[in-house]
Amino acid sequence: GGMLAAAALLVLLAAGPGRADTGRDTLREELLLSPLPAGDVAATFQFRTRWDADLQRGAVSHYRLFPKALGRLVAALGVRELHLALTQGFWRTRTWGQPPLQAPAGAELWVWFQPTVTDVDKAWKELSNILSGIFCASLNFIDSTNTVTPTASFKPLGLANGTDHHLLRYAVLPREVVCTENLTPWKKLLPCGSKAGLAVLLKAERLFHSSYHSQAVHIRPVCRDASCLAVSWELRQTLTVVFDTFSSGQGKKDWSLFKMFSRTLTDACPLASESKVYVDISPKNKEKELLEVTPAPTSVLEAVVQGDKRTYAAYDLLSPSLFNTSRSLNVQLKWKRPQDSSELPTPILHAHRYVSGYGLQTGEISTLVYNTHPYRAFPVVLLETVPWYLRLYVHTLTIITKGKENKPSYIHYQPAQDRRRPHLLEMLIQLPANSVTKITIQFERALLKWTEYPPDPNHGFYISSSVLSALVPSVIAMKDVDVEQSPLFTSLFPSSDGSSYFVRLYTEPLLVNLPTPDFSMPYNVICLTCTVVAVCYGSFYNLLTRTFHMEEPSRGGLAKRLANVIRKFRGVPPL
Amino acid sequence: VVEGLALLDLGISPYSGAVFHETPLIIYLFHFVIEYAELVFMITDVLTAIALYLAIQDFNKVVFKKQKLLIELDKYAPDVAELIRTPMEMHYIPLKVALVYLLNPYTVMSCVAKSTCAINNTVLAFFILATIKGSALLSAVFLALATYQSLYPLTLFAPALLYLLQRQFIPIKLKSKSFWLYTMQYAALYLCSLVVIICLSFFLLNSWDFIPSVYGFILSVPDLTPNIGLFWYFFAEMFEHFSLFFVCVFQINVFFYTIPLAIKLKEHPVFFMFVQLAIISIFKSYPTVGDIALYMAFLPVWSHLYRFLRNIFILSCVLIACSFLFPVLWHLWIYAGSANSNFYYAITLTFNIGQILLISDYFYAFLRREYYLTHGLHLTRQDGTEAMLVLK
Repeated sequence: GGMLAAAALLVLLAAGPGRADTGRDTLREELLLSPLPAGDVAATFQFRTRWDADLQRGAVSHYRLFPKALGRLVAALGVRELHLALTQGFWRTRTWGQPPLQAPAGAELWVWFQPTVTDVDKAWKELSNILSGIFCASLNFIDSTNTVTPTASFKPLGLANGTDHHLLRYAVLPREVVCTENLTPWKKLLPCGSKAGLAVLLKAERLFHSSYHSQAVHIRPVCRDASCLAVSWELRQTLTVVFDTFSSGQGKKDWSLFKMFSRTLTDACPLASESKVYVDISPKNKEKELLEVTPAPTSVLEAVVQGDKRTYAAYDLLSPSLFNTSRSLNVQLKWKRPQDSSELPTPILHAHRYVSGYGLQTGEISTLVYNTHPYRAFPVVLLETVPWYLRLYVHTLTIITKGKENKPSYIHYQPAQDRRRPHLLEMLIQLPANSVTKITIQFERALLKWTEYPPDPNHGFYISSSVLSALVPSVIAMKDVDVEQSPLFTSLFPSSDGSSYFVRLYTEPLLVNLPTPDFSMPYNVICLTCTVVAVCYGSFYNLLTRTFHMEEPSRGGLAKRLANVIRKFRGVPPL
Repeated sequence: VVEGLALLDLGISPYSGAVFHETPLIIYLFHFVIEYAELVFMITDVLTAIALYLAIQDFNKVVFKKQKLLIELDKYAPDVAELIRTPMEMHYIPLKVALVYLLNPYTVMSCVAKSTCAINNTVLAFFILATIKGSALLSAVFLALATYQSLYPLTLFAPALLYLLQRQFIPIKLKSKSFWLYTMQYAALYLCSLVVIICLSFFLLNSWDFIPSVYGFILSVPDLTPNIGLFWYFFAEMFEHFSLFFVCVFQINVFFYTIPLAIKLKEHPVFFMFVQLAIISIFKSYPTVGDIALYMAFLPVWSHLYRFLRNIFILSCVLIACSFLFPVLWHLWIYAGSANSNFYYAITLTFNIGQILLISDYFYAFLRREYYLTHGLHLTRQDGTEAMLVLK
């Protein structure tokens, strides 16, 4: 009796502090299938792990759903917000519509540090190296030559008190390639791994056979509840993939989970509190639906997402009725009538960037920003990061809207320093309604040292995408819905009122050629140049140290004597 | 410079980037005259030509006086009558100098390109004028301005000092007190003006940023944009390990000929100045054709050396051919893409060899004439046959 009581007391004592130490953590997984105008389909996965513990303050040692690698990283380096995206391909805004969450081609990392961090650059370097190890990506190439500190873009997305932009660092590696090696550690961070729930669909051989693949990790602090007295940490892992009609779909526009992923869903992740599949069945142009989904969804819900009223067919994997008829769920989408290309919806804000010029000396970067809203004007923040070896000339910066010059209301320009930091140009430009704005700036190409060229120097050098951030006025007013309940991504970007939504767009990365020296010639060049200097030195040495003398008559050298002997034989007078 | 002004307008220090490397006084000057830039450059070229004209006019008088003195002192050999210079032949030399400077295609190119080298040339021309007129103060001030803009005119301190000493009839002996006194005076004037100019620049922009941007840039050669000099390709192809060593070697190379030339040419400081200007133009870290135009303007002054020049025909052909090939091969490398950097580099090498040999040819001719003046024109050996001169 006494032994039993003692054992119970021990268990209670052990369990008590344990439970107070680890906060409650929840996992919600969602998959959104949205058909795109040209017959392609975009699949977006989102895994949200939310942990009611304060990573910064307490020394948490018991990790359950939140991955230990990331938790320790946040605690040790004083990270307030972390956003890492690895993308292959480019989201074509004009044909596919506004993206839910876009990322630039390559690797993008931006981090807000806590105000307690004293040496932000050192913490940034350590962070990029650790992330490079966790995700098997070459993030260790992030250094001062591609890191910038933006002042107006990239405001914190989580809780923030005070925004000193010196705590922000942003870097893009446009040349980075995403492959299976990056997907595997990303999947390992999920609580269920790739064994249960929605993550079983993430098979590398199908995911990388696509037009666009983007995987991202977002860590940020959020309010624990409405009163916001305590802080929780949210980890979002998102993966967006666009399957092409022709390469993946064999030319037919009917899609199914099995066709896209070569897998079907069998159950929900046991650790998840919510596991849903959404299919966007919004009718275009207010006509009846053009998409048919089988099997029948558990519910149909309507939401206003990105200023548009959308209808979603939702499948709740945790509801017992879903797996009654069959053991696996294979959502099938069939087009009811053929897609008309004239129905392409133009997104309100889209941009296009290109480089012009000829020859290897100069060039011009032009960015075209389109505002297709019929009557509303809104400002957009443009952030451009150009590597130091393309020397920008800010006096050639021109912004022209509808034929007239458009002066930006805010310019922050930080010129590059050779081999130390890149150019940073941030501007706040007002876009009038229904207009095209052209921003051009000229640059000169530098000649680099032969060791600074990448292995294939004639491939060119990448300029990372420029970032456009704007609060786009929405056509339909958005109600103040509970952000936790609405599907996907509307909760990542905070919106102050329902009349506009936040959009972050990326333009195309550019490829620019630089003049190259001849790489096979270092020794030759050194010898030839030193020869020229030696010619000068030699002539001057002779002229400075020698004086004129009359020449002594000499009998002649060996050659002369030999010549005289031959001449004697010929009978010719000697030299 | 336009970029620097634009950065100033945006409120950023023009030296925070890597594009602007001119001195604050230039920015201050152009802040007012940027609208009339073409006119400004034309005026600077004309001023340079006028300064050179007046300088050479005065120099001719000095030369003639010195020649007369040496003839009276019987320093010359008896049969050198054809080597003696007459006022008639020297009459048109200043005009020729000014015309050679103004009509030189290099000057025209430099003016059209609106290169700040033209301003450098004007300051140097005024420095030469002030030195030849004998005003130590003005000479020190202009030399300080020239050094402030690009570091290399520091080496012109020695020829200027030698000329002024000669003009004051102070003999150049290391033990002489008056020699050291005058040297100290001139050096003090020069250093004070330099300090004043640098402090003025500091107060113009309120920072010392310009020092690493202007002088650090000249000395450490970080920008490898192709030019007509030897440095760019050399450092583009340099092994990283030796980079610092070779930068030091190349910079020392410019300054290092001053002392030996001063010892050899102490009687002829203006020729020393010419040779030093040429060495600066060839070996400075970012040479331009404007620098070449300046020392070429002096060639008519030594036209009496023509009979002793050995390779003048080949060298002028080399220089003219290279000048024509430079833009062709640049176009082929950068725009047409059918040549590569080696072609342009080869022309750089040839052009610089041409310039070096031109200068050493003139130097040889000068020394040879001096020898003939003191030893006679028709040299005979003991047995009466004609003798040859060699350098031993």
